[in-house]
Amino acid sequence: MRVALFVTCVNDALYPRTGQAVVTLLERLGVRVDFPEAQSCCGQPQFNTGYRHATEPLVHRYASAFADYDHIVVPSGSCAAMVRENYPRIGARAAAEGRGGRLAAAADRAVPRTYELTEFLVDVLGVTDVGAYYPHTVTYHPTCHGLRVLGLGRRPRALLEEVKGLELRELASAEECCGFGGTFAVKNPAVSSAMGADKAHHIRSSGAASVCTVDNSCLMHIGGLLSRAGSRVRPVHLAEILASTEESPW
Amino acid sequence: MSVTYLGMPPFPEAAAAATGDERLRGNLRHATRTIRDKRAAAVAELADWSALRAAGAQIKDRTLRHLDHYLEQLEAAVTAAGGTVHWATDAQEAGEIVTRLVRATGEREVVKVKSMVTQEIGLNEALEQAGISAYETDLAELIVQLGEDRPSHILVPAIHRNRSEIREIFRERMGHWGRPAPDGLTDRPGDLAEAARLHLREKFLRAKVGVSGANFLVAETGTLVVVESEGNGRMCLTLPETLISVAGIEKVVPTWQDLEVFLQLLPRSSTAERMNPYTSTWTGVTPGDGPAAFHLVLLDNGRTDTLADQVGRQALRCIRCSACLNVCPVYERAGGHAYGSPYPGPIGAILTPQLDSMETGLDASLPYASSLCGACYEVCPVAIDIPEVLVHLRERVVQGGTATVRGERTTVRPARGHAAERAAMRAASWTFDHPRALRAGERMAARARRLVPRRLPGPGRAWTDTREVPQVPAESFRDWWRRTRGTAGGAPGSTTAHTVDDGTGAVGSTGRTGPLEDPR
Repeated sequence: MRVALFVTCVNDALYPRTGQAVVTLLERLGVRVDFPEAQSCCGQPQFNTGYRHATEPLVHRYASAFADYDHIVVPSGSCAAMVRENYPRIGARAAAEGRGGRLAAAADRAVPRTYELTEFLVDVLGVTDVGAYYPHTVTYHPTCHGLRVLGLGRRPRALLEEVKGLELRELASAEECCGFGGTFAVKNPAVSSAMGADKAHHIRSSGAASVCTVDNSCLMHIGGLLSRAGSRVRPVHLAEILASTEESPW
Repeated sequence: MSVTYLGMPPFPEAAAAATGDERLRGNLRHATRTIRDKRAAAVAELADWSALRAAGAQIKDRTLRHLDHYLEQLEAAVTAAGGTVHWATDAQEAGEIVTRLVRATGEREVVKVKSMVTQEIGLNEALEQAGISAYETDLAELIVQLGEDRPSHILVPAIHRNRSEIREIFRERMGHWGRPAPDGLTDRPGDLAEAARLHLREKFLRAKVGVSGANFLVAETGTLVVVESEGNGRMCLTLPETLISVAGIEKVVPTWQDLEVFLQLLPRSSTAERMNPYTSTWTGVTPGDGPAAFHLVLLDNGRTDTLADQVGRQALRCIRCSACLNVCPVYERAGGHAYGSPYPGPIGAILTPQLDSMETGLDASLPYASSLCGACYEVCPVAIDIPEVLVHLRERVVQGGTATVRGERTTVRPARGHAAERAAMRAASWTFDHPRALRAGERMAARARRLVPRRLPGPGRAWTDTREVPQVPAESFRDWWRRTRGTAGGAPGSTTAHTVDDGTGAVGSTGRTGPLEDPR
């Protein structure tokens, strides 16, 4: 089983600790993970803003960078969803525009091997108890693309429930979007912030010390609102909780 | 004539104003959350909901593929049953046809059943210009009309009003239109409904012409179907001597058996009822029973153009249930008026720009009025993948392409005002396709990380007005990996064997050499 980490551009540039946590976690579980340096960005910001053609080189890049791996692990629900849901569309549209089947073939190679982190842990490795220890109160926000496009379902919670010392606090209106939405956050800042303010309110009302998701981009928005409002609730990616142990707390 | 209202600003502007209106947000939060939960419960009662949903989508898709056939079948059946069919290319033509038909009766008043399509064509305004008064008889439409307001929801047009506001509108405005509100009117729902009932009864009994839309048109028999909850529709459809119905061409279903699917999907999705209280069906005219003259105006108004778009055409499946509005977090904060057309919410964001051929600045902003959270797609009873269509339409805005406009295949140029964004997106794609440049950029950002101000100027303000900027780390992940696991260039640390058994008994190893600078 050859496993590669697709760290995502957001994690690479802004949240390297999350990538490090995935490596630590997978190695602890006996998985040797590679980081093919040819990887970059899945193209979601461009694609979702309407720049489909600008996304195409990144589809090729992704498929080539990970060509030698059986499993591609992605610590982001929305980037994994971008590959699985939209790469086939990009390929099909290019073919329909008379530009051949190379993009579609690239998508075909990438899609079945792409796993969001919790899918890889629960479905491929078959574990929910990863031996983690995190002695804090945590509330979990299911981010939209993981929830609705990938259908992650109970996987993230199942993993959190096995973490020793962790106390899970319920989040009101948990399945409602936080308002990030990529370029939506700056194209419709008022609505985005109003949605985020409600999310932040529910997070604070949960009484948890940390808010956890499988997407750092959403956490960047939620965390940015929380800290601007003077809240001490800490945004934390699920991988960092799962990487934490009694011997070496994250 | 555009589907959007004249003079409406782009969505972000109108939405920003709405987010500051505490009362509006309170009204919307309460109303949408109540109906959202009820819908979920009503849908959960049916074990075969997903099969019904799939059937609904398939029936609509098949009908749309053969729309020409079913429309001609419908026309023949309506005509055979004693009705008259009129074809309208656009809103203006539809308005002219209805105006001419009303004038021919010699009447100056019509009573109206709640209808989205007559909102779309601005029928009340067209009739008013011809000196004909159109009276809305649906309770919520009455509130909107009396308040000289605009509807803000497909199913609940006055959702933005609470009951004390409604009482004020009734007290101040009812007398101007007919029977005034009773003295000492309270804001109890029962009293408000009674005031409306008394006011409207007078209109029903006097009217000689009724105007309606239609939820469905059954092609095999030429039957029209209106689904409603108050009984006002039944009054308008049976009491007047002349009935004029306006319907979009996408409302046709082939058979009564197909109708059965939608009569299960629609009430549960819209009002969370197992069956709506009043389902009226009529076929042409019946001597001595109901209207003696019946006219059906079939409206295109951008629908054929929409049908030509392979991704966008799924919007024509819509049965106007408004479930997508009720679950939409953007709609809940922005309110319906910000969408600038009779079709608000997620469905409006994909329908309005298509019907309009993306002609206005508002049209071009609507596909961006979504965080792409997907809640709308999840509840849609005919499985319209609204996020997919939104992204597809965004493409038309910024990238251009081809589209059908008034029947002609047309090259669409990108909308103005996106030059800086386009350059930024292209630059981002170029950088992401050149890892050395990406690494250099990340290192530059890391070095400058302490210089990032708390509030950014220019476009960055849209982020920092309400949110902190994330802190740039001292070292990117790729630099950390190279420092701790690999070496420059070949990254041999990434070619080690894997120790987890993959079930094949073999232990894999990668033989990759060198970075992939250009995978194409």
